[in-house]
Amino acid sequence: MISTDIAIIGAGPVGLFAIFEAGLLKMRCHLIDYLPQVGGQLSEIYPKKPIYDIPGFPSVLAQELIDNLMEQAKPFHPGFTLGERIEGLEKRGEADFVLTTNMGTVIEAKVIVIAGGLGCFEPRKPAVAGLEHFENGRGVNYMILDPEKYRGQKMVIAGGGDSALDWTIFLADMVEELTLIHRSESFRGAPDSVNKVMELAASGKINLLLNSNLNAVSGEGKLETVEVIHNKTMETTTIETDHLIPLFGLSPKLGPIENWGLNISKSAIEVNTDDYSTNIPGIYAIGDINTYTNKLKLILCGFHEAALMSHSAYQYMNPGIKYTMKYTTVNGISEF
Amino acid sequence: MATDITIHVEDREGNTATLSAPTDMGLSLMEFLKASEYDILATCGGMALCATCCVDIMEGEEKLNEMSDDEYAMLDTLPDVLPNSRLACQIQLSPEYDGLRVRLHAMDN
Repeated sequence: MISTDIAIIGAGPVGLFAIFEAGLLKMRCHLIDYLPQVGGQLSEIYPKKPIYDIPGFPSVLAQELIDNLMEQAKPFHPGFTLGERIEGLEKRGEADFVLTTNMGTVIEAKVIVIAGGLGCFEPRKPAVAGLEHFENGRGVNYMILDPEKYRGQKMVIAGGGDSALDWTIFLADMVEELTLIHRSESFRGAPDSVNKVMELAASGKINLLLNSNLNAVSGEGKLETVEVIHNKTMETTTIETDHLIPLFGLSPKLGPIENWGLNISKSAIEVNTDDYSTNIPGIYAIGDINTYTNKLKLILCGFHEAALMSHSAYQYMNPGIKYTMKYTTVNGISEF
Repeated sequence: MATDITIHVEDREGNTATLSAPTDMGLSLMEFLKASEYDILATCGGMALCATCCVDIMEGEEKLNEMSDDEYAMLDTLPDVLPNSRLACQIQLSPEYDGLRVRLHAMDN
């Protein structure tokens, strides 16, 4: 088990700067991020883009900023759990929190800081009544992890993006029957993939239903049929199937954090701007994931929030001890 | 003001409002709709990543800037977009869009 003062959920720029601010107050941090590397969207989405509103940097590349923040955090020896997603939060005894990840890692901390940015990217689910009854091994999956699982079975794929096309091509020869459903009459994906899918349909290796939407799902205990509606003629077709794979891309979601009893407004966590604390004592939210009057989703605002949060967290962890803020120009950085 | 344009916006309840939008502030349609207090999450802040600012263009579609590959790819993956759906964050308000008519796209999740 990992034990730390502050567990920071999210290793983007704001989470990384929080290590420094907490470090000045001699608090240790451990960061957890679902992405396999630090930096959040800066490293994942736009590493080469220049950012122009970081104070003191007329222009800095996103990845460069992350590298600098890592360098700045180094004296305080942060711990990292990357590529894992926080699933559970428990309050243990009076003071401590216990976090668990999807891989079973357990992290014990005195304070929790949520610096999750946009949240986690999760598969987008179509609006079909009862779809959730067939999740978790009963026929409906939103991603394909092990294609072998589908060998010799009947399956329906819904979606028109590149991943729907690619999986259709990959699985066409392995499965007993494959139906691809797409709401439009054409695909805009990679031309090569589109051609292959059209050939598979022409040769009867797959059933291709265009201008069609998922309409209903049914089955006893597990998925048995999918009903498809033609969006021009409104005719419905029922397809017998073992599996349904809706592939409609990813969308950012708060994820399990949503169920922790935090006050949430429009997918963001409400905080008190005195110290960026949430409604649960000992849990803070900083950066893009929080919301308050006049909130600006800017990295520089997240930095400010990290500083105020750290002082409040210190008070929370050390009740009764008076701490006076010291300038780094006076005291320097005391490594630990 | 000479640079202001008129935009008609239909919300998800079907109410239409006629609004005046500035074109000299570098606003995207998403930012303008948010500033006008429409119920739009715009989680990703305008990077064509979340599709929560999706709108259906009812009038004036031909005047709009062409879609970028990112916007294409995002719209392509959505379960329920219409041929006239766009991401409001990818539409920069400009004087030639005067009279634009948009409807907030129904959001499932």
